[in-house]
Amino acid sequence: MTTSLVDAESVLAIEIGSIHTRALLFDVVDGQYRFIGAGLAPTTIQAPFFDISEGIHLAISNLQEITSRVLLEESRLILPGKADGSGVDQVVLTYTAGQPLRVVIMGLLEDVSLESARRLAASAHTLITEAIGLNDRRPPEVQIDALLRAKPDLIILTGGTDQGASRSIAKNVDLLTFALQIIPREKRPEIIYAGNNALITPVKDVLSAYTQVHIAPNLRPEIDAENLSPAQEVLADAEFHIRSRQIGGLQSYRSILAVEPLPAPYAFARMIRFLSRINNPGKGVIGVDLGAGNLIIASAFQGNSEVSVFPMGTGAGMAEALRLIPISEINRWLPIHIPDRVVEDYLWHKTLHPTLLPVTTETIAIEQAAIRQVLWNGLNQHRNRYPNLPLLAEPILAAGMPLTQWSPQTSLMMLVDGLQPFGITTFIQDAHGLTAALGIISANNTILPVQVIESNAYVNLGTVIVPLSNARYGTSILKVKVEYEAGNQISLEVRQGSVTALPIQTGQTAKVHLQPLRPITIDPIGRDTTRSFKVIGGVCGVIVDARGRPLSLPADAARRRDMLKKWAAGFGA
Amino acid sequence: MIAPVTHILPLAHIRRARMLPGKGRILARVGQEVNAAYVVAEADLPGSHVLVDVRRILGLRRAEQAHRLIERKVGEKVEKGDILAQTGGILPKVIRAPVNSTIVSIQRGQILLEKAGVHYELKAGLNGVVSEVLSERGVVVETHGALIQGVWGNGQINGGLLQFAVTQPDEEIHRANLDMSLRGSIVVGGFINKADALDAAEELPLRGLVLGSISAGLIAAAQKCTIPIMVTEGFGQIPMNRAAFRLLKTHERRETSINTLWNPEFGERPEIVVSLPSQGQTPMDVVEFTVGQTVRILSAPYSGEIGTLVAIRPGRVTLPGGLRVQVAEIRLENNQQISLPLANLDVLE
Repeated sequence: MTTSLVDAESVLAIEIGSIHTRALLFDVVDGQYRFIGAGLAPTTIQAPFFDISEGIHLAISNLQEITSRVLLEESRLILPGKADGSGVDQVVLTYTAGQPLRVVIMGLLEDVSLESARRLAASAHTLITEAIGLNDRRPPEVQIDALLRAKPDLIILTGGTDQGASRSIAKNVDLLTFALQIIPREKRPEIIYAGNNALITPVKDVLSAYTQVHIAPNLRPEIDAENLSPAQEVLADAEFHIRSRQIGGLQSYRSILAVEPLPAPYAFARMIRFLSRINNPGKGVIGVDLGAGNLIIASAFQGNSEVSVFPMGTGAGMAEALRLIPISEINRWLPIHIPDRVVEDYLWHKTLHPTLLPVTTETIAIEQAAIRQVLWNGLNQHRNRYPNLPLLAEPILAAGMPLTQWSPQTSLMMLVDGLQPFGITTFIQDAHGLTAALGIISANNTILPVQVIESNAYVNLGTVIVPLSNARYGTSILKVKVEYEAGNQISLEVRQGSVTALPIQTGQTAKVHLQPLRPITIDPIGRDTTRSFKVIGGVCGVIVDARGRPLSLPADAARRRDMLKKWAAGFGA
Repeated sequence: MIAPVTHILPLAHIRRARMLPGKGRILARVGQEVNAAYVVAEADLPGSHVLVDVRRILGLRRAEQAHRLIERKVGEKVEKGDILAQTGGILPKVIRAPVNSTIVSIQRGQILLEKAGVHYELKAGLNGVVSEVLSERGVVVETHGALIQGVWGNGQINGGLLQFAVTQPDEEIHRANLDMSLRGSIVVGGFINKADALDAAEELPLRGLVLGSISAGLIAAAQKCTIPIMVTEGFGQIPMNRAAFRLLKTHERRETSINTLWNPEFGERPEIVVSLPSQGQTPMDVVEFTVGQTVRILSAPYSGEIGTLVAIRPGRVTLPGGLRVQVAEIRLENNQQISLPLANLDVLE
């Protein structure tokens, strides 16, 4: 494995998604790193291949066709690049494919160490199948049986502040050793120990006789202090170790990679954290990546980040979404009448055929309704998990085919409806799925991500201004004056309950002056002084969303559908 | 572009590995003819556990003291009442096994006992011949015949005569369609939309149901059914594709096997197999979309229809809603030509 990306010129990033494998090429053009192109192919993790290599090869072949750049020689990747411009200098790899890791969490107090373990597990593509804590009143043998039934790939063992509780942890270790002895060696879970650091050596000594033990700094070094980030890195490492056995071909790519492969949610969150360092220090950054199997939500504020991975998506992940979300919650977003049964049938059908694209008015409406509700549900779960998440975000970055494959107006509408931002927010679209790739590259090369972000690889969908008011629906609450650089200006009134597009073209700079006609709040956390500011028009211009928060949809179905149509027109969708 | 493939083949060589969840006993031999429901292997799955804390029961300070008093070893089978540990002396304290079990671990003065678990039987899954025995793990069964794959199944296996409850692939099966003449058969129908029809299928009982689709609201009920249910298209009221319906029709009243185990992760799909005396070819699992192929449409408004792929348009085409996708031209069986995203098709091979 080579050391640094800094000296490299071209970088090939491979991303193994649950449906598609992408090959993304970055290179230096006129002295600046640029995104050159993306090749796409089906992921071949499942039957009949059971190996990611074929999908990777096809994605690179596709990239080769699109960019007319020779990357393969006799079906082998040219690495490093040659003087004639063929090949690439570095390769990195991220992945989301595969079933969620089955995780058992073991800790002491339910709302302390177990909660931290839960948050740690939720930051990766996992499914918590059992939790064992101090308040668990089940007899030990029942706990052992529960642990065996849970069939874990990984156990997160935590508890005790540093130099704190040890006897209860020892009891959990005893329980674990009984279970590990019963599980056949080839099926034994790996273990992350992230508890009382005074017990690292004895815990490792006992458990490593049975399985691989990864040591992470204590998740709760003090009772009221949580320290997830270092453990997330250990989790990413453990996940790769486990995935190498589960995903055919993953291990074999390791030798040609510039850095260790990373789970995409981890790399995605790293990039969002990176953006929060270079962006408005008063606001957070939110990233959402929706795929067929998962929804990743990452938030970051001044260099600290949180990430949640939800097994909800528009393909296989729709099964979990339908378990969590009542069908009526999805149907409320439908602008036309479609019976509940038809909605349910279509969404379950998509779990069988995750690549299906909606082509009828009904299926398009169902798909867009489900996406909005999945986003809303995911963001709320993320906010509940991390209550200190900043309310204001700049920007909100959206990735994943279900969010980026539509017209920009439709994408923006779904994002605003699903995420319901506050204040003034720019929505950025990552149509090529670059963010996780830039996240893994950023570990060793901070120049490439910055230069790619500053290029036009990402799409500015538009800025959304959210004035909050208690006025009645239809009341004029705000006068907006748009002053263009050429000196001309226009004014328009915004009514409560409306979505209004300001006529600012893509890339056009204008100054926006807000003149309240009724009491309004732009910044809900108090520093509400912004009344005039400069904006650059996105693909959808600038949108004033005066529908209030949380967005309240009329109970009457006919009125609600009319309203949804009006709002869609406001977005230009 | 690699295409998803569904096999609807009048004659194929079918080879299926049937594996136990752990180690067990193989009951079939190489060359033996088996039917779908024949038990080819069996295993006793681990049962629940009982922890006997010898140290605590005997009031000992150290685990080592307990270990000296434990009279059993890991791996020993014990019957209820057998002595596990005892102190010496005139009035010894005795710890007896609370249940018939096997000792699976002894540590820290505690004995972990494992009770007998569920007896697991592995069925052949299709009518055929055992071609290979995989020591303690499973067998390979092979046959030649017609193969019809589904997209969803409820995880059951059986065999029986193939019969039809409907005349058209878009006809719903109601309770009224399932009369006594179908009892013990594998029954073909368009779709099921009411739980009542599933109840009737269980009551008769049928040996299996082959449907184009089933309402999503009935997934949980179908999963609980003991008769195998295979769905060829998906969820909703989607007619069975005509290629499958016609092929099944040619085998009406023939002995058929139905295996509705379904695990997409491992490429396991539900299937109907009608064994035939002729020799077939091993089906292709990997194909690329090519002009001239028979394709099936997976999405509305043409769900379940089949046609011929007549062209793949170059580049990407913008569809209503703004989707930019690769599009194929398909000529349906009624000669109508339509355009659809390539992603909404699979190849029937």
